[in-house]
Amino acid sequence: MHNFFYTRANSIEEAIDGIRVDSAAKYVAGGTNLIDLLKYNIERADVLVDVNHVEVFPDAEQMADGCLRLSAFMTNADTAYHPLVEKKYPLLSEAILAGASAQIRNMATNGGNLLQRTRCYYFYDPAMPCNKREPGSGCPALNGYNRMMAILGTSSECIAVFPSDMCVALAALGAVVEVEGPSGQRHIPFSEFHRLPGRTPHLDNNLEAGEIITAICLPPEGFSRNYAYLKLRDRNSYAFALVSVALALEMDGECIREARIALGGVAHKPWRVPDAEDFLQGREATPGNFAAAADLILQGAQAFEHNGFKIELAKKAIVRAGKMALHPETHLPGAQPPSFENL
Amino acid sequence: MLIISRHTSMETINPEIRLSAPEHIAPSTVTFTVNRIQTSVQVLPWVSLLDALRDALDLTGVKKGCDHGQCGACTVLCDGKRILSCLTLAVMKSGSEITTIEGVAESDQLHPLQQAFIDHDAFQCGYCTPGQICSAIGMMQEGKARTRAEVKELMSGNLCRCGANTNIIDAIMAVKDGGTNA
Repeated sequence: MHNFFYTRANSIEEAIDGIRVDSAAKYVAGGTNLIDLLKYNIERADVLVDVNHVEVFPDAEQMADGCLRLSAFMTNADTAYHPLVEKKYPLLSEAILAGASAQIRNMATNGGNLLQRTRCYYFYDPAMPCNKREPGSGCPALNGYNRMMAILGTSSECIAVFPSDMCVALAALGAVVEVEGPSGQRHIPFSEFHRLPGRTPHLDNNLEAGEIITAICLPPEGFSRNYAYLKLRDRNSYAFALVSVALALEMDGECIREARIALGGVAHKPWRVPDAEDFLQGREATPGNFAAAADLILQGAQAFEHNGFKIELAKKAIVRAGKMALHPETHLPGAQPPSFENL
Repeated sequence: MLIISRHTSMETINPEIRLSAPEHIAPSTVTFTVNRIQTSVQVLPWVSLLDALRDALDLTGVKKGCDHGQCGACTVLCDGKRILSCLTLAVMKSGSEITTIEGVAESDQLHPLQQAFIDHDAFQCGYCTPGQICSAIGMMQEGKARTRAEVKELMSGNLCRCGANTNIIDAIMAVKDGGTNA
């Protein structure tokens, strides 16, 4: 970790003023990812602007239009356990609680969750080239050990995955990201917040220089009756997803009125395919229909040497999440999954 | 008043980065309450809370396991919440109230969890134990763990390489909710 100045901002305006756009100044909130990356000399900052003390109005505010506005500075734990989130957006609660550990969730903020970097082993190893860390240096993951890497939306320059669980639920819910910056405030639909790697894998998202996330707005429809967050990983807790699925349904009797499906662990951003969701609309919530939607979602998936298993895993996870969404009692830790004899 | 700095990683720093790094950065005074005592330390901005507690305040019960947020050995309570002291900077915690394993007992009366860890043989090498106990205290205050499965899930941020996990969960279950789970 190299040397940096530290300053505390007491307001959003002070924070934005504290970032000199042309220098290596960075905002720090929870610090759980940034400070780790500074220790590895992967991120660098000449100045850290601490935004933990900015004055924000209520952590979570019910807006007149039915949206729930979550402060970007609220911790992941406070968000997951907030009564309004638990009641109206249990998919978001479950996704947050599937990520990291209790200690990290007590520190990490909502804004920071969106801004976390990939956990690609090559990105984390300064001895290796990495187009995300050093543009133009190459991507050893393409022909290296790529078991954790992406199967969708990859480019010849980067096959890293975005590691967040929370963001998979936010994508499914259709959240909107509120940001402020030197040129004012703007709102970014969640699907347009993160980027695919393309030729610019060093850019994870579409924030402009100096911009800071101030809030995340959840639309009125929370899918609180039929939802599931299914995370598949190498151990049962405190591990990043191989594949995760955030699935939400609004039912009309036996038929699906609206479906939302987002995948984590498979791409450089949470992966949603509107065609697959449209396909399910008006159809029965059967394993066969979920499997057909899964085929649409995984269309164009490309496997590398060690991660071919993810394609089949993702398809089966979608079918299973569909069944779990119809039986929310199967979500509790330690609960047995429903029988899959008919799948 | 101690001035502490990190020298350990200087050799590995890219010389270009070191040359362009800001110079003449002065230590800041961090005033916080540690184990019920108000304390001030002089630290440079990049010193972690973990290093400040261990090196400036000699609270070596706080363990430096991985130093990257993966093991939970450095868990302390900050304003009543369990956090990882390795992933936060001391300067960020100015004004906070910190409790380490050294501060959980009441004078010579062990915290019930400390006694339960002894009674349930919940450690072997003991390296993860301070973090496990601070984490379990935080978990009980959060009040979200009802079943044994939920305790296991909510304690997953603390790794035990000796394999004492089963006894650790036993010890926590024996104390949680006033011992009604024993």
